Amino acid sequence: MAELEVALVAADREVWSGTASMVIAKTADGDVGVMPGHQPIMSVLKPSVAVIKTVVDGAPGDVLRVALHGGFIAVDENRVSLLSEAAELASEIDVPRAEEALARARAGEFDRDSEAAAERAELRLRATGRATAQ
Amino acid sequence: MGAQLRDYRRRIASVSSTKKITRAQELIATARIVKAQQRVAQSTPYAREITRAVSAVASHSNAKHPLIGERPRLLRAAILLITADRGFAGAYNTGAIKQAEQLAALLAGEGKQVDRYVVGRKGAAYYRFRGVPMAGEWSGFSDNPQYGDAAAIGDALLESFEKGGENGGVDEIHVVSTLFVSMLSQSPVVARFLPLEIEETTEAPVGGVFPLYEFEPSPAEVLDALLPHYIKARLFNALLQSAASEHAARRRAMKSATDNATELIKQYTRLANGARQAEITQEISEIVGGANALADASAESQ
Repeated sequence: MAELEVALVAADREVWSGTASMVIAKTADGDVGVMPGHQPIMSVLKPSVAVIKTVVDGAPGDVLRVALHGGFIAVDENRVSLLSEAAELASEIDVPRAEEALARARAGEFDRDSEAAAERAELRLRATGRATAQ
Repeated sequence: MGAQLRDYRRRIASVSSTKKITRAQELIATARIVKAQQRVAQSTPYAREITRAVSAVASHSNAKHPLIGERPRLLRAAILLITADRGFAGAYNTGAIKQAEQLAALLAGEGKQVDRYVVGRKGAAYYRFRGVPMAGEWSGFSDNPQYGDAAAIGDALLESFEKGGENGGVDEIHVVSTLFVSMLSQSPVVARFLPLEIEETTEAPVGGVFPLYEFEPSPAEVLDALLPHYIKARLFNALLQSAASEHAARRRAMKSATDNATELIKQYTRLANGARQAEITQEISEIVGGANALADASAESQ
């Protein structure tokens, strides 16, 4: 079966690259699921959690969850590029730190930036699957 | 101990401690160059992908965009000068400042007003000392810039560009940074970041011909979202290159300072040895002279 070659690139580093069977991301128009053979698209991503179903040596591997703070997705001939100024794999996210940041942002400690900081922290927690619905 | 000898010894001690400092600076800079180069390399995939994306949208649609194309009237131009926060880096800071001033003179000659934006304490201090007003300054990250820093600068520049020269903003943005050519060579460069220019070319783009992308929500909106990121990615690259250059320039400056100190210590040691030898010779001749005088005196009295 054809596989997708995925490159997840943040501004200051390549976060992850490898093969996958499916990539799910949230674009401005709604969620898209990209599977092998998808038509070429390029769209703007919303700050969201993307899911990459990886393939290791032809067998399904881990399912990666990624916090994408905005960015773009480009798909062309089974190559998927996820570009984002800041992208973090769920496994890299420091949960206690994100929780603390969220609490501080909710308390308005970052002044004008509080709302944005709260959104970022919440996004991180959502990626790790620990967000509390509020 | 003679006054001269003491003086030489004191100088040797002071040069030695200076040498320790320059040597430490040299080692620190050497360690940081490698890291800075790695960061440049790590930021290239993003820059490459975003450049490709911008080219794809631009070649696919002939969407007009405020960031693309010359404005009919160019009233004001901005220069972003990237310098270091600290000195001790040889000609690194002066090279960049000189380049920026040449550019400013050129732009002023074309009848444009020049707004200065400065990164790094050294550049800011240069203008403050001369009473030249600055439209914006940032400092504290020149040796290890983060993407957030580039984004903050980019936002300020884009805001000013969008206002336009007639409303107190600018019509052009030039960036003076220092290109890291190699460990031994770094050169200050000028690049015009905005407005962007679309080049028509018949060459195939890097990485193959662009597929017929479907743009969501629309080509214009994708371009609108992409361009600011593209500018910021280029700025980030300029900051990283400059940081690597700063470390390389500092390493070289500190290496020659260390070498000079070694040479000075050698010279002073020679002089000090000579002075000590002269002192000993003088003491001996004084003793011999004294003993002779005593011997003569006692011979006469007998």
